[in-house]
Amino acid sequence: MNPQTATTHPALLSVNNVEVIYDHVILVLKGVSLGVPEGKIVALLGANGAGKSTTLKSVSTLLRGERGDVTKGSVEFRGERIDHLSPNDLVKRGMVQVMEGRHCFGHLTVEENLLTGAYTRKLSRAELRQTLEKVYDYFPRLKQRRTSQSGYTSGGEQQMTAIGRALMAKPTMILLDEPSMGLAPQIVEEIFEIVRDLNKREQVSFLLAEQNTTVALRYADFGYILENGRVVMEGDAKELASNEDVKEFYLGISSGGRKSFRDVKHYRRRKRWLA
Amino acid sequence: MQFFLEVLLGGLLTGIMYSMVALGFVLIYKASGVFNFAQGAMVFFAALTAVGLHDLGLSLWLAIPLTMLVMIVLAMAIEKIVLRPLVNQPEITLFMVTIGLTFFIEGLAQAIWGASVRKLEMGIDDVPLEYLLDTLGIAISQFDLVAAGIAFVLVAGLAMFFSKTKVGRALRAVADDHQAALSIGIPLQQIWVIVWGVAGFVALVAGLLWGARNGVQFALTFVALKALPVLILGGFTSVPGAIVGGLIIGASEKIAEVYLGPYVGGGIEGWFPYVLALLFLLARPEGLFGEKIIRRI
Repeated sequence: MNPQTATTHPALLSVNNVEVIYDHVILVLKGVSLGVPEGKIVALLGANGAGKSTTLKSVSTLLRGERGDVTKGSVEFRGERIDHLSPNDLVKRGMVQVMEGRHCFGHLTVEENLLTGAYTRKLSRAELRQTLEKVYDYFPRLKQRRTSQSGYTSGGEQQMTAIGRALMAKPTMILLDEPSMGLAPQIVEEIFEIVRDLNKREQVSFLLAEQNTTVALRYADFGYILENGRVVMEGDAKELASNEDVKEFYLGISSGGRKSFRDVKHYRRRKRWLA
Repeated sequence: MQFFLEVLLGGLLTGIMYSMVALGFVLIYKASGVFNFAQGAMVFFAALTAVGLHDLGLSLWLAIPLTMLVMIVLAMAIEKIVLRPLVNQPEITLFMVTIGLTFFIEGLAQAIWGASVRKLEMGIDDVPLEYLLDTLGIAISQFDLVAAGIAFVLVAGLAMFFSKTKVGRALRAVADDHQAALSIGIPLQQIWVIVWGVAGFVALVAGLLWGARNGVQFALTFVALKALPVLILGGFTSVPGAIVGGLIIGASEKIAEVYLGPYVGGGIEGWFPYVLALLFLLARPEGLFGEKIIRRI
């Protein structure tokens, strides 16, 4: 649909025809291919169970712990195959995943959470302090709450902690899974603003999985739409946002006024994407 | 009053010895969320190896570091053979595995060193300290005091390790959330070897102290059972909790034995800690110092 995504920019990350099977029987990804160019924000969109998280985990190799296997295809980061590496290797190479549902270390303080993020780096005390201050610059709110156990902080603060923790590893690429989950719209905006800021100022590339299509397309450069474990559409974020089908299926608006979702969805989907 | 003090102090010092065993449990529980049933077997194994090497003619100063080496190898083997294939399995599976491990380690220890009781001479006599006997008229074992001192140093060291060092923080992080720890690049395997190694070290210290007192024998594994009420009182996740829990259990069981025992025909010492633990479970299931279960609503 829009080949420029992969060709005009050298891809930092490229996922080639990846198939994932859970528990040896459940086929979740049926050949997903996508690319993240250096310095861009790429959104991975789709409904529940479309395979967004699985795609991210197949990249970060966290899949293995969940009895999932990449059975076909390959993942390359900076032109190097990474599917056989451990998450530890990947973090050292500059790619960190922020997991869905934030996964902060509840009994550690906010600051301790951030400090664990630098585990893979060999830093002097002063350098560590400096990195920490930098993260606090992006998330002033975390500085206020630095001594609270993160289990007692709010959802937004936990999301910030999780992103900040990933930043401590000084990544060039962050896999961000569902940052808006369970957060108030205002906090969601705040977090996406920070994502954009990090992208601009620190040149961090993002691959973000998101259900909130509206917000994600507003901040992303490119988008991929996943459905049933396949990429059904890809393109420039602005084009996607103005695409009639996307508008209808994911943004809930259509040119012919409001239509009943039930009437139109099933038929058009089949025709457009599966036939 | 003097008699009461003597009972109390004697109990507290025994309690410290319980704490040493409980500490091993806390370490592994903190770092992996697994209740390591095999800790008692590790205490036994460590003590027996140290004594066995000593009996072969090595000096204690050589036998103890050598035993530590053996414990580290054991930790690595456990991680590689047992824990690695079970990543992300339910806690109950891991718990069952440690029960299996218990039998294996006990068997291994006896297969190598035999099942006879061995005597361990540490060079500190289990006699009342004369100074205290003269000034206050209380008989306190010199050996117990040394043991308490060692325990204190050990605990202070561990507390620093957990709160101030990078690896200590990573250990706590792993305990909270395996997946998240993995996702930020903490290598679980390495962490598990470290924590089992440290637990092996604590087992060695506890084994030597108990062994010097009661002789190195199979019954050492039962001392580990006394660690259970200690843990319930102190909280499974707290190093200071293990100490305070040990003190309370030690003191209360001795006091109960001396003052309540005569009314019920004695033998209270054996079960009193468990009753105490039961009451605690009803009132404060996370223990005195355990991490509260944080639940967001």
